[in-house]
This record gives sequence, structure tokens and C-alpha cells, in this order.
Amino acid sequence: MISAFFIFNQKGEVLISRLYRTDLKRSIADVFRIQVISNSDVRSPIITLGSTSFFHVRINNLYIVAVTKCNANAALVFEYCYRFIAIAKSYFGKVDEESVKNNFVLIYELIDEINDFGYPQNSEIDTLKSYITTESVMSTSIPAEESSKITTQATGAISWRRGDVKYKKNEAFVDVVETVNLSMSAKGTILRADVDGHILMRAYLSGTPECKFGLNDKLVIDKNERGIGDAVELDDCRFHQCVRLDEFDSTRTISFIPPDGEFELMKYRSTSNVKLPLRVIPTVNEIGTSQVSYVVTVKTNFSNKLSATNVVIRIPTPLNTTSVDTKVASGKAKYVPAENVVVWKVPRIQGGQEISLSATAHLTSTTHRQVWARPPIDVDFQVLMFTASGLIVRFLKVFEKSNYNSIKWVRYLTKASGSYQIR
Amino acid sequence: MAAFRAPPRKGENFELSADLNSEYKEKRKDAIKRVIANMTVQKDVSGLFPDVLKNMQTDDLEQKKLVYLYLMNYAKTQPELVILAVNTFVKDTDDPNPLVRALAIRTMGCLRAEKIIDYLCDPLQKCLRDENPYVRKTAALCVAKLYDLKPELVIENGFLETLQEMIADSNPMVVANTVAALTDIHIAAAAAGSNTEVFVITSAVLNKLLIALNECSEWGRVAILNALGRYETHDDRESEHICERVVPQFQHANASVVLSAIKVIMIHMRSVRSETLTKQLVRKMAPPLVTLLSNPPEVQWVALRDINLLLQKRPDILSNEMRVFFCKYNDPLYVKVEKLDIMVRLAGPNNVDALLSELKEYASEVDVDFVRRSIKAIGQTAIKIDEAAERCVNVLMELIGTRVSYVVQEGVVVMKDIFRKYPSTYEGVIPTLCANLDELDEPEAKASLIWIIGEYANKIDNADELLGIFVDSFTEESYPVQLQTLTAVVKLFLRKPDTSQDVRDRAYIYWRLLSTDPGAAKAVVLAHRPPISLPRTTVSPALLEELLGEIPSLASVYHKPEETFVGRGRIGADAIPKGGSELADDRATAQKAFQTVAAGQQAENLLNFDDPTSNDGQQPTGLAATTVLTSTPAATNLLSGTSSNPLDDLVSIFGNTGIGTNAAPPPTPGQPQTHLNAFGGLSFGGQPMSPAPPMTPSVLQAVSPPPQQQQQQGAQDDLLGLF
Repeated sequence: MISAFFIFNQKGEVLISRLYRTDLKRSIADVFRIQVISNSDVRSPIITLGSTSFFHVRINNLYIVAVTKCNANAALVFEYCYRFIAIAKSYFGKVDEESVKNNFVLIYELIDEINDFGYPQNSEIDTLKSYITTESVMSTSIPAEESSKITTQATGAISWRRGDVKYKKNEAFVDVVETVNLSMSAKGTILRADVDGHILMRAYLSGTPECKFGLNDKLVIDKNERGIGDAVELDDCRFHQCVRLDEFDSTRTISFIPPDGEFELMKYRSTSNVKLPLRVIPTVNEIGTSQVSYVVTVKTNFSNKLSATNVVIRIPTPLNTTSVDTKVASGKAKYVPAENVVVWKVPRIQGGQEISLSATAHLTSTTHRQVWARPPIDVDFQVLMFTASGLIVRFLKVFEKSNYNSIKWVRYLTKASGSYQIR
Repeated sequence: MAAFRAPPRKGENFELSADLNSEYKEKRKDAIKRVIANMTVQKDVSGLFPDVLKNMQTDDLEQKKLVYLYLMNYAKTQPELVILAVNTFVKDTDDPNPLVRALAIRTMGCLRAEKIIDYLCDPLQKCLRDENPYVRKTAALCVAKLYDLKPELVIENGFLETLQEMIADSNPMVVANTVAALTDIHIAAAAAGSNTEVFVITSAVLNKLLIALNECSEWGRVAILNALGRYETHDDRESEHICERVVPQFQHANASVVLSAIKVIMIHMRSVRSETLTKQLVRKMAPPLVTLLSNPPEVQWVALRDINLLLQKRPDILSNEMRVFFCKYNDPLYVKVEKLDIMVRLAGPNNVDALLSELKEYASEVDVDFVRRSIKAIGQTAIKIDEAAERCVNVLMELIGTRVSYVVQEGVVVMKDIFRKYPSTYEGVIPTLCANLDELDEPEAKASLIWIIGEYANKIDNADELLGIFVDSFTEESYPVQLQTLTAVVKLFLRKPDTSQDVRDRAYIYWRLLSTDPGAAKAVVLAHRPPISLPRTTVSPALLEELLGEIPSLASVYHKPEETFVGRGRIGADAIPKGGSELADDRATAQKAFQTVAAGQQAENLLNFDDPTSNDGQQPTGLAATTVLTSTPAATNLLSGTSSNPLDDLVSIFGNTGIGTNAAPPPTPGQPQTHLNAFGGLSFGGQPMSPAPPMTPSVLQAVSPPPQQQQQQGAQDDLLGLF
């Protein structure tokens, strides 16, 4: 399994080093520095040298590296690296060189807790926070009872929840967040459109609540109530480990005891009947070799009660662009030479509206005749209370021994960031 | 806290020592933190051992952990002093706080000092039976640590038996860690050459694992799924039962759980007899596989490599899902390359149009490597789907029309493959190809064009002129081009005997070297070559089965058996039969073994950094995984004895007629490495030829000589035998 874990900065300096097993020496870090960090040719996330394999993930100029000497489970190693990043984020916000340096004691404590002898251990953030804190803990200050409670939780069948949670007001917030992936050809045919959905839940519920969650998922509805027209077909869904998978497999009910606080209840994927909230119609013409003209029209495709916010449209320009004249009726457009794009920002577009941009890029003449690759136009946006898949939360039922009433809130958000592309 | 990383001052250790002995608690703790910070940046703080040790006995858990961290690092260098810590450790394993007990037992197992190990057994014995599951799960792993250091202690103290009992523990997490520990020991024992199976999974164990599977943490599930994959079922009902119990794991959020579950299903599906269940399982596998693509790129890549394997076994799994493999503009290259490969695998008459327009799009992207691979993919599509070949050729011609140098060159190479598959079909494009003659500067592209000219010499009016250009610069050209010119000139002579004097003379001279009987020559040079086709699999069937049983391990990602990169990559030929003995297909086994040896040698030649002497003078290429990928099919080529790469047709003919008995799956067309075959095979005078200069900087070339020489020998014999 994982023999060593390192964090490097951009320059290849070791910020964190922890050897879990005896089959490696600390000097292995130098090998990684020489072979990967100082080598600009590396194009693979796993590098095997002899019998040593280096797995790396990059985040904010840091390299998170796991080293193994065996035929390790590659998916597990990467999942572990990403889990570490998630935990670090939740403990100290941003994961960058400075925060790692400032929190190195805490990080050592964490990576010893979530990994033993190379085998990942309990890595539920909520549980970890109950006994690894930013303040030092005195073992005498925790009553024996409390500490055994922690350990039962860390190993128990519901390792993700403490048993003694109490709230005055019992509330549960459900956020349905959908990310739309789109690639559309220049002619407007949809090459690929699908939705990656995440259902995030913030549960502030006392005791050990038993929850049942219902969606307008076709599979469920077909079984129970026939004839409802707005059923959504989900291609696949994946659940937080609190959801009883065997129950879902047999009866398609989503039942669980939620962790306390925020967690991702489920992820799903839908490819049929994706409603695209924004329609982008670009017309790009290369006029001779010295100019490119653009007319980009954006149409919203939802009820006029809703609106798209934070719309950012990135329109690529040729590499030899010297200047761009832009004309927009709404929002602001600016040419960013460093990225070779015109960035058009529109804070808000009402449903049913249509806005457009016209621009002309001036080019310098170049000696070599390289065809412009025309990267896709990329659109980022957010639409509140709208789901591209049409998914609706039908119910969230909470059962608890004390039979309290709970308040549930549901929000919907559809967004795109970097994956909504028009060629 | 950033201050702990301040630049070194004079006598810093002296200062730290003073602070570690300070009367103020906070000052001592700060000093420990600074020691750890120095340790991280590899400053020697081992001299502070006694001072740090003094701070071990504390109620402050954080401080305790820091001291332990220090101890783990330096215990080996200071074995005498570690003894001083033993008392505290042993006392801690009796602490009322389970966290402290677990911490102590966890740390003791990590101290790599002989002396302390003997003191470990008693507390470990106690902790394995602790009432607290957290301590038990920590102790379970500690047994594996102990086995790593001193196996005989584990056996003497009966810890293995205790672990076996612990599989029945009421706590799923303890079960998971026990399984992990037993598996770890099992592997270690097998590697040490022990004959007894440490971890035998009986049907009683199986039931306990299946129960724990649904309740334990995600990582624990992976450990249990691995164990389930090793279980040998007695009948098909048992296999069905396992499959049914494992299938719900497809819905887990953790990709490693999903992939491990797929592995278990793939293993046990072999003995499922019910057709409907098999169908159902395969159908259920598709959605989670597609969902894996919404993971971060690294995880995606692992999933894609495994999907590639799965498709080789069951090409129908994702037949309707090609669109999800379309590349996104900002996907990393390694993901794009895998997606391309999978798209071609999924291509069929019904989706080929979408695929082609997609590939055409990719061919206009910026990354040269990706563009080339996309063009290759167009060629592969043409070869795979007969009815789409014409559309592919049209797209290729459109791309060649862009006159972008590398697009043209790759296009020419691909066209040659298409000509091989569909002889005399698309002759209309030849003039266009020939018009680009001046653009070509890469050997492979030149050689391809020459091949085309030679092949269609009688249909190209100025074939002699065109070849004349290459004949004139013959001595300056690289081997593949020379080789191809040679053949093409001979073909020209045979096809158009009345051609220009100059070329013919030259051809005649070469020809005299080889033969005096034009009839026999015709039979050889113009012989009908075996048609090329796309290989459905890139690994042998037996290896495929083995790799499918190892999803999502490194072996499955590399598409290479584990032995090639684990255990220093030094498996000799004699060690191979052990692994392959149960494999049914003898031929495949032999081939796999051969492949293993080659790859093993390859690994051996790589940077061996455990050995300081070999560290210098190594080229910094390394075995980047992308290099590995290209090397796998090439290794097959080297060993297969035949090569259907059209470039070396002279040789391949000899190969086919001479040692044609070794049937082997045809390698991917256009693999650069296959040229090596050509050079290896065509050494005229029988004097040893140095390995050909590498065309692409890849580690493989340095490694290939052994099998190549063998083959060279074979080919030489054939050459001599023929004439």
C-alpha cells in the first residue's frame, strides 16, 4: 500500500514527509523532485521507476505525492490524495504552500490518523474534527467516557455521526447543484450535453435521525405512481457512505442517518432531456489575415422569473492578436492578451432575454502560416432555482425517537464552469 | 508557526536543546515543533534525542504525537536510547483513554528498532483483545507491522490465529483492518517464498466479509472487496451470491470502491452460468463506469485504463456511450489519449460519423502529440469499419489539405495503412500525397510515401522520378527510408521493367546482392501481404484475465503484469512458470512470460535509485506512464516474431515465410518501435549490427536488444536459407 506521503512546493522543497512503511528511504523524495518536478516532460500522474511508483496530484502549486512499492490500488491512492486535500481544506481553508507551512503540526497529526501502515483509515471530516482540533487537547481534560465515545464513533457502524447531537431548531438544508457539461459544434448541433448533479445537505438535526429522501426519479416513480409526466431519468447515482446501498439496490429508496453538518448526500448523472439554460450563437469570420470579426449572441432559455447570474463568456482570439474592439449592450467586455481571450462579463441576464456582443480582433502578420486552432468559446454562469435535468426533490422525511418537527429547505442551482463549450 | 522554518542559525540545535529542557511547558512544546520542522527539511536533529524523549510523558496529546513522530524517525539511529521510551509506551497501552492506547500501539509498531520489538508483543497481545474497537483496529494493523520487522515473533506469539479470529469481530472496521493486515502478511509471506497460505478465505470467512462489506468505511470496503476477489467459489450458486451482494457497491461515491467491486464481479462472473444474470451484471456495470468520468483527471485516467481492459473482454459494455468519451478541450493529454483509444474501440457503423467529425475537430487542436494521435485514430477507424473507410479517407485528405507539416506527415503514414487494408481502392488520392513530397521530413512519413509509390509504381507516371529523388539522397537518409527506398526501387523494377535507366541500374545492383532469379524475387517482393486489421486486444487473453482480476491496481493501469514493476522488476525467466502454471492457454502463457522478461529487463535498466552508484549518468526520461503504454504493444511485436508493419515488408515477408509458425496477434499499425524489428532483421552480411538509433526518445529502445537479437538471428538464418 502507500509507503510514503509527501507534499512538495513548486520548487521541489519537501514541506511534509511521512514514511508509512519501512521499504523506502526518505531520499526517495529527491528522486521525485528530479524526475517529476524538475522534468517538464512529465505528462502522466503516475510514474514508475524501477519498482517504485509515484502518484501525484497538483493543487495550487503544491504536489501531493503518494509513493508505493507494490501493485497498489491506483484509484484508491488518488482518492486518498484528494481526500487529504478535502480534509485540509475543511481544516484550514485554502490548501497552498503558506497554509501547509503554517499548519504542519496539524497535518502530521491528520496524516497519521487517516493512514496507518499505508492503509487509509477513517477519513470522515466530521469525526476527525471531534478529536483532532486546532487547539491542543489534554488527554486528562477529556473524560474517559467522552474519548471512548469518540473511538466508538470513529469505528462504529455509523462512524460519521456522534450520538449526542442537540439542536434547538431542527433544520435540514438541501442544495441541488447541477453542473452542465456541454459541447456544441459551431453549427449548433449538440455533441454532448449532460448534467453532473450533486445533492448537498446540511443537517442540523438532533439525536440519531432516520431520513428518507425522494426525487422525481423515473425509476422510483415508475415503480410506485405511474403516470407522472415530469419524471427524470437518472443514468447513475452514487451515494455518501451513510446511505444504505443494499436498500437502494433492492427498493430504490434513499434512506440514511445523516452526518452532522454539511455533506454530499449523492451525486448523479443525467443525459436525457437536458435543458440548456443558455444558448450561445457565435459567428466568427476571419477577414483576410489581419482581422477576425465576432458576433456572439446569448439567449436565455428559461422562465422570465429566473435569471442567470455571474455570466462570464470567454471568446478565444488568435495568438497574434494585437488589439480587439468590442461593442456590448450589456455587461463589460475586455480583451485579455495573456490568455488570448475576450472576457465578456454580464452580471445578470433575465429569462427570455437576448444579449449580444460584436467585436473585431486586429492581427499582426506572422511569418509562419499556422492555422488558428480556434479553441471553443466557454461560458460560465449560475441559474438559481433551475435544474437542467428537471430534477425535483419530492420529499425529505425525518424520523427520530423524540418525534420532533423539523424544517426543511430546498434550493436548486444550475451552473457551468469551464465545461460549457461552443466550438 | 511559520517562524519555525526560519533559516538556520548558528548552534540552533544547542538552542533547541535548551528550550526542550525549559521549565515552561509552552516553550518546550514550541521547541518540539521546531525540531519536527527541521526534521521535515532533513536537517539533522538526531542529537536532540534524549532532550525530546524527556517530553514524552505528557498529558498533552498533540505534544505526545509530535514526540512519537520524532521517535519514529530516529529510533533506528538511536536504538540504545529508544529503550528509555519503552516504559512510557507500555504504560500508555494501559491508559484509560483509548486514543492514547491506540496511539501507543500504533507508534510502537513503527519504531524500527530491534530492541523495542521484544517489548511490543505483550502490549500487542492485550490490545488485540481490547474492549475498544478503535484500539483493536489499530492493533490489527500493528501485527502486520510486526511481521514486516520480525515475522517469527508473529508466528511464535500466535498473532496470526488471533487475527483469524478477529475476522468475526462485531465491529466492521476491525474486520476491515484485520483483512488488510492478513492480506499484507499474506503477500509478504508469499514474496519471502513461504509455501503456506497465510490468509485462506473459507466460506465461513466469506460470509463474515459479506456482512462487514455493507457497514464499514470506504477504505475498508476496498480491503474486503480485494479479499472477495481472491475467494475461490465452489459452485455457480456461490458466485452468483457474491455478485449479488457486491453489485450495490457500484453506487458508492468512492471510485476505488466502485472499481474494486467491478473487479470482484469480473472475477466471479466467470463461473456464473445463468445468462440472464451475466447480462444483468454487465448492464449494471455501464452507468457507474461512465460516472467515473466525472472524477478528477487522475482518477478518470485510472478508470479509462481499466475501461480499456474491460472493453477488450466485453466490447459491448459501453456500446451506446461513445459520446461521453468525447474529449473536452481542457482535459489533460493523458486523459485525452485514453479517450481516443476507447472511442476507436467503441466505433461502429452507427456512430462513426459523430466520431469522425469529432476526430477532425481534434486534428486542429494545438497539442502536436494529440493531433497526431487523432489522425492515427482516423486511420484506425478506417481499418476497423469497412463501410466508413471512404469517409475516413475524405477527412484525411481534407486534413492533408491544410498543409500543416505534422498533420500532412501523420496523414501520409495513416494513408499507407489504409492502402494496406484496402489495396487498389483509393488510388485517386495518390497524386495529392505525392504533391506533398517536399513537406515530408520525418523518416516514418517519407518511408510511408515511398512504400505507396513502390506499391503503385505502375499507376504513377513519374514514379521513377519521385524515387529518383530518394535514390540520389540515399546515403543521407535514415534507415527506414533507405530500407523502403530499396524495396520500392525493386518493386518499380519488377512492375515497370522499362523504366528509366538510372533507377533500374541502381535497382539491379541491389538486386544482384540478393538474388539472381527474378521469378523467385517477384514471389517474395510482390507477394500478397497479410491484410492488417485492428487488434481487438492489446494483451494476450490470459494476461487480460489476470489484469481484469486486478482492477484498479497499477498493473491494470499499465496493462502489464505485476511482476514487471514490483519486487525490483528482477524476475528471471525461471520464475515465470510459477505465476502462469494455472493458465490454460499454453501459447499465451509462453508469450506472456516472454513479455514479462522483456519488460522486467526494461524495468531493471531503469533508474535504480536504491543503489547510489547507479544514480548518476541516468538520462532523466524515466518511465513515464505514457512511455510505458506505447511500449506494451511494442514488446508484443518484438516477441511475436512477425511484424505486420508495412514499413518492413521485406523483412516481414521473410518473417512470415520463415518463422511464420509463431502466430501472434497483429500489433497496432504505425508503432514506431516496430522499426527496430526491421533493422534487426535485415542485417545483410551477417555481421552483428548495433541496435538502431531510437526514433523517439523512449526508454524501451535501450532495453530491447536481448529479444531483438534473438529475432535478428532468426531472420538472418531465414535470409540465408531463402537464397
